Amino acid sequence: MTPTIHITRFVDAKGQMCPMPVLTLARAIKELAPGQVLALAATDQGARRDIPAWAERTGNALLDIGEEAGVLTFTIRKSA
Amino acid sequence: MFGFDHQTPAPPGAQLPPLPEPLSLAPATEGDQKANRMSIVLFSGTVDKLLAASILATGAAAMGMEVDLFLTTWGIVAFRKDDYKTNTRVSRDYEDYGPVMAERMHAKHAPTWMENLLGAREIGDVKIAACSMTMELFGLTLTDLEPIVDEITGVASFVERARESQISLFI
Repeated sequence: MTPTIHITRFVDAKGQMCPMPVLTLARAIKELAPGQVLALAATDQGARRDIPAWAERTGNALLDIGEEAGVLTFTIRKSA
Repeated sequence: MFGFDHQTPAPPGAQLPPLPEPLSLAPATEGDQKANRMSIVLFSGTVDKLLAASILATGAAAMGMEVDLFLTTWGIVAFRKDDYKTNTRVSRDYEDYGPVMAERMHAKHAPTWMENLLGAREIGDVKIAACSMTMELFGLTLTDLEPIVDEITGVASFVERARESQISLFI
């Protein structure tokens, strides 16, 4: 049984076009304490690649990518 | 010198000079290692290109990169105070697409290029400098430009920073 992750914040970036999803994410992650998790919902097709690239570059952990009805949901844990 | 030039063998029993210090793995100067920075020369003043530049700057800033934006020529014209409010210029070859693109941007609530840049500065380290030569030609001072422009510099300052930036672009 997969452990449930407690999501501190839901960030709705649906309808936002590049560069807004990563910008929204960069803003939101600032408000989290290290270890806290946010979920970002996006419809931008570029986000599929952009969010993982952002996580790689900024050193934050991308825990999961979900997809449902054209909406991608990225679960990200803030590192130190 | 014997022992080093591979041509003159050291005589038996000779005292060889000490080996040189091993090279440090850390870069000796900043120039040895590329900086986590994007440098953009913004030569254009049409909204299509301003938008592209602003998206690149915003993306880089969102990813924790420093961004240097160097405005020159039409880039400076586009940053004159209040110019962005009425600038609808589009590249000449595609000017017929201008109105439909503006309408689509509005319909999809896309931020304007100036809004993107303001957002980028809010979350990251984005410096905007204006080319002194263009300023001189147009008879402009820093106060004639939008407050988002930090300073006036010359080409040498740009080159000195850009040579270490991982990404350099001309727009």
